[in-house]
Amino acid sequence: MDPIIQIDNVHKRFGHIEALRGVSLEVDIGEVVVVIGPSGSGKSTMLRCINRLEEYDSGHIIVDGISLDNAKNINAVRTEVGMVFQQFNLFPHLTALQNIELAQKVVRHRSSESARATAMELLAKVGIPEKADAYPLQLSGGQQQRVAIARALAMNPKIMLFDEPTSALDPEMIKEVLDVMLALAVEGMTMVVVSHEIGFARAAAKRAIFMDEGLIVEIGPPEQIFSAPVEERTKLFLSKVLL
Amino acid sequence: MDAKQSAAPMPPESELIRIPGAEPSSRIDAWWGLFIGVVGLTIVLVIFKPDPYARIVQFVRDGIVITLTLTIVSFFLVLFVGLAGGLGRLSKNRLLRGVTTLYVEIVRGIPLLVQLLYWYYAFPSIVRTLGASLGIPAMADYRANAIGTAILGMTFCYGAYMTEIYRAGIQSIPKGQLEAARSLGMSYFQAMRHIILPQAVRVILPPVGNEFISLLKDSSLASVVAVTELTRRGREFMAATYMPIETWTMVGLLYLIMTLFASRLVAWSERRMQVER
Repeated sequence: MDPIIQIDNVHKRFGHIEALRGVSLEVDIGEVVVVIGPSGSGKSTMLRCINRLEEYDSGHIIVDGISLDNAKNINAVRTEVGMVFQQFNLFPHLTALQNIELAQKVVRHRSSESARATAMELLAKVGIPEKADAYPLQLSGGQQQRVAIARALAMNPKIMLFDEPTSALDPEMIKEVLDVMLALAVEGMTMVVVSHEIGFARAAAKRAIFMDEGLIVEIGPPEQIFSAPVEERTKLFLSKVLL
Repeated sequence: MDAKQSAAPMPPESELIRIPGAEPSSRIDAWWGLFIGVVGLTIVLVIFKPDPYARIVQFVRDGIVITLTLTIVSFFLVLFVGLAGGLGRLSKNRLLRGVTTLYVEIVRGIPLLVQLLYWYYAFPSIVRTLGASLGIPAMADYRANAIGTAILGMTFCYGAYMTEIYRAGIQSIPKGQLEAARSLGMSYFQAMRHIILPQAVRVILPPVGNEFISLLKDSSLASVVAVTELTRRGREFMAATYMPIETWTMVGLLYLIMTLFASRLVAWSERRMQVER
């Protein structure tokens, strides 16, 4: 079976800065990949290229058989790819329930009843059905991020992208979000996760990727990357992160 | 902090923060005071000195209707022009962005009075000349309609200001909101309609309200292009009677009543938006 995500020699520059300098990666269906690396290494940029929130300058990306090189396919791909952001980005003028319902109705053209049923089901799944009518600002960071995950899942994506989903959270809320992500991984969701949560990577990921200066430096099973990295730069970075 | 202090009961929340003018109640008081004063003075003048004050009101009555019509019709058109302009200013399309930027810069740099004179005198003349040389009778015989021209001129001018208000309002919404909407598969316009604009409206409501009040006052400029609105009727009354003090006192009071009422309307809708969140 073809990989569901194929990234081939992608370059991207912001002005003088080369954010991606020829990144290639393939992700299989049902695979969980964790991406680590210092800030500015291009890991978020790579993630954002996968649903074309960021345009790339050269190279090819194919997601679920649809080429992203052609801008016309953007919305087709985006409905298959869910994204979770560091800053949650919930819609503050809508309740948790409405946050999850809106795109289902507008993009998927589901009826109000079916959108509501899906939303309630997902709120239960992420553990906060009682917060359906709360506005985002009335929720804790961990609860907001779980609503954001539910919002993305409501579109029935084939792939979920996580851009540092726990970096903006207080320590005691990280686990509740990671638990939801872990459950998703167990269900067989294809996931690309930019995160430095080593515990999550070890438990859920099939492969870990270390990126630096716009390049993938090292790929391997989490055990190998975290315990016995081959590359010098990986060792150096992990010595700073893991202490 | 000693024990006695920490044992003291907390004051009710309403007493914790006292920012003058921040409490809706005090705003209401200031407004009601002024409104009652102005309306009271108007009524007293009309009742106890009907000549000339009641006569003035009687004389300018149709002018008030035209002033309000001019203001309200223009304002609704301005809301649409501003939205289109604001989206244009933020468009990725260079041509669209260039055209709207040019529009804003030109219109902002020319006084409304001059613009109105242009629309009323110069524009029809251009159309007629063009129509004559092209042999189109409908254009060659074109004559400006006074009220239509005033609405056109005010919409054109205020549309530029409103464009900038919309642009600033849309830009004030964090970029992550658009990204989140787009990542869910919404198109740019769906994201605008459901996510960005509902939030931007809350931000721009106060400046939009100010524009409405400015527009109401600036509609007086339409008096120079043959629109018989309130100011024009005031001038006619003064010309006929030569009572400048009485005439302009009454006209000023009438404008003040309308603008005070409008500012109340703006404050009310602002508060309603906040409650709705």
